[in-house]
Amino acid sequence: MDLVLVLVIQVLFAMASLALISVGLAVIFGMMRVINLAHGEFLMLGGYSAIVANQHGINLWIAMLVVAPLVVGAIGVLVERTLIRFLYGRMIDTMLATWGLSLFLIGLITGIFGNTTVGISAPLGGMAIGNYRTSIYGLVVIAITAVLLVAIYLVLRHTRVGLLARGTMQNPNMAAALGLSPPKVYAVTFGVGAALSGLAGALIAPISGVFPTIGIAYIAKAFITVIGGGAAILSGTVTAAALFGAIQEVATYFTTPVFGVVITLAAAIVLIRLLPQGITGRFFKRWL
Amino acid sequence: MSARTWNVAGLALVGVIGLVAMIGLPQWLELSSLLDVTVYLILAILALSLAVVWGYGGILCFGQSAFFGLGAYAYAIAMFNIGESTIPFVLAIALPAAFAALLGYFMFYGRISDVYLGVITLTVTLILFNAVNSTAGPEYRIGEARLGGFNGIPSIPPLNWPGVPDSALDLNDLFYVSIVLLLAVYFGLRWLLVSRFGRVMVAIRENEQRTGFLGYDARLYKLGTFALGGALAGLAGCLFANWGAFVSPTIFGLGQSAQIIIWVIVGGRGTLIGPVVGCIAIQWLTAYLGSAQLSKASLTQIVGPTVANVLSSTLGIADFSNTNLVLGAVLLAFVLLVPRGVMPTLRDLVRLPFARRRPARDLVPDKAEGTT
Repeated sequence: MDLVLVLVIQVLFAMASLALISVGLAVIFGMMRVINLAHGEFLMLGGYSAIVANQHGINLWIAMLVVAPLVVGAIGVLVERTLIRFLYGRMIDTMLATWGLSLFLIGLITGIFGNTTVGISAPLGGMAIGNYRTSIYGLVVIAITAVLLVAIYLVLRHTRVGLLARGTMQNPNMAAALGLSPPKVYAVTFGVGAALSGLAGALIAPISGVFPTIGIAYIAKAFITVIGGGAAILSGTVTAAALFGAIQEVATYFTTPVFGVVITLAAAIVLIRLLPQGITGRFFKRWL
Repeated sequence: MSARTWNVAGLALVGVIGLVAMIGLPQWLELSSLLDVTVYLILAILALSLAVVWGYGGILCFGQSAFFGLGAYAYAIAMFNIGESTIPFVLAIALPAAFAALLGYFMFYGRISDVYLGVITLTVTLILFNAVNSTAGPEYRIGEARLGGFNGIPSIPPLNWPGVPDSALDLNDLFYVSIVLLLAVYFGLRWLLVSRFGRVMVAIRENEQRTGFLGYDARLYKLGTFALGGALAGLAGCLFANWGAFVSPTIFGLGQSAQIIIWVIVGGRGTLIGPVVGCIAIQWLTAYLGSAQLSKASLTQIVGPTVANVLSSTLGIADFSNTNLVLGAVLLAFVLLVPRGVMPTLRDLVRLPFARRRPARDLVPDKAEGTT
């Protein structure tokens, strides 16, 4: 019984962390059709922002939940204004440019912080479940992810800002005719996506530590989640994260963590072959 | 001059440069420099593999290094098991080609869009990297060959002439083999591009739907192009394993994939000579940066004291010879400023004085023409 509970928590955590690292990418891809290959580096920057802020005496929770999203969000807006906006509608070029940005950021951060792992210990300690121990922080990450997803849903569905954003994405010309400025909406949307990535990177930092190339470890997972999920931002991310998180944990349980990831990625390729439009291309079509 | 004259002139020029390099370089260069040149030539074959897949097939493969690595590993593993290089050499080409065909079946017959294709090839590279990286234990072996995980496979036996196991190639021979194979691949691809297959391939790049309406199975042609790219990358991988007598999983890494893309985009998509030039230039640049260790002093000479101070004191950057930083900046600059690449731009500059009259504007850009 205890073992089952621990395993359930682990599977839930795998799903939550997949959803967490993917949601920023999903917002940018789902809303703007921009494939951001520097997504992993946004996660990395989030981790570094939180750790550096913490080292300068800022409370860890504020550093993770406030400072990291703000810093990376600002970087996101900067990137959109200086780079992405010249490349709208040129998807391949956007991918190449963001890949260049990714390498550039890895190089820059390696130059500043060196090629070493910086860590902060996970707060809140552990908790006993029968004979097993589990980290409370893992549960907090699951809870924060759930809150975050609900918040994104509410903003997109029930606020004026969300309505304007969705309207601009559907038909920029009409939005412009109604007096909205699509470039501003794009910049803000990209910034929000980057901020979400920064938050995710900060929340993951206590678990994995941060090093300049950490983005590479996450980027494939984030991409298969977003692409496996398909066009709908939220339901796609959630269903794909649930599916791949479960596959990953079960595969890890029977083999090793490395092969767990390998099997997950292979499963994702098969899934894309079967459902080229992703899960939400076939199911949950009308969802957000 | 007509496009045809230019094509012949370009071919002749490449042939002459190739011959001069083949005869001259071993006499002008020390053995160590010749070794550096050899690896440029090997990587140039890798660049050509993506040049044809991306530049002419229109398939953006972010994971060309997967086939490169597979070729190297296939050669190494087969070599330890067989000991005579004829079969390993064939395997190093056939296995990546077969793998590319399998992957291509998933992607092209699944009718996946270009963008997803990029992400899938990227994912496959990462899968291979992760999988091979974790095979360090002694239990991971194929026949006589230990996979070695992140340690890689050291002391790989060199190639020998087919059927003569004692005639192992030395480093001089490897140079000749590499340059002959590079020239063969280059001229072979030039021939392929004017053949029926090549014409259809370019037609699919230009307009897949219309080519389909004309009765060509675009999926099959793309599969063929992709498998050909895999085979060429595997050939490069086999030579690369020979060159260093060593392979490690970093060969599958994202950094390697990024470099191949950068060679092609810097040299110019839709040309064959461009990626070769881009490859050699970028490799030379990274080797130079790696050895020069750009210190603050040398940086001061380049960008002036103010910028150097700002960079080193505010950002705390001590080591400027960072390959990722430079490659990233090069890629960004070319995508934004010179998206066509160096060679197409140069080509137009060279042809300008010879043009009968200055063309006002390319109304229909003729991409198939001028494949130098």
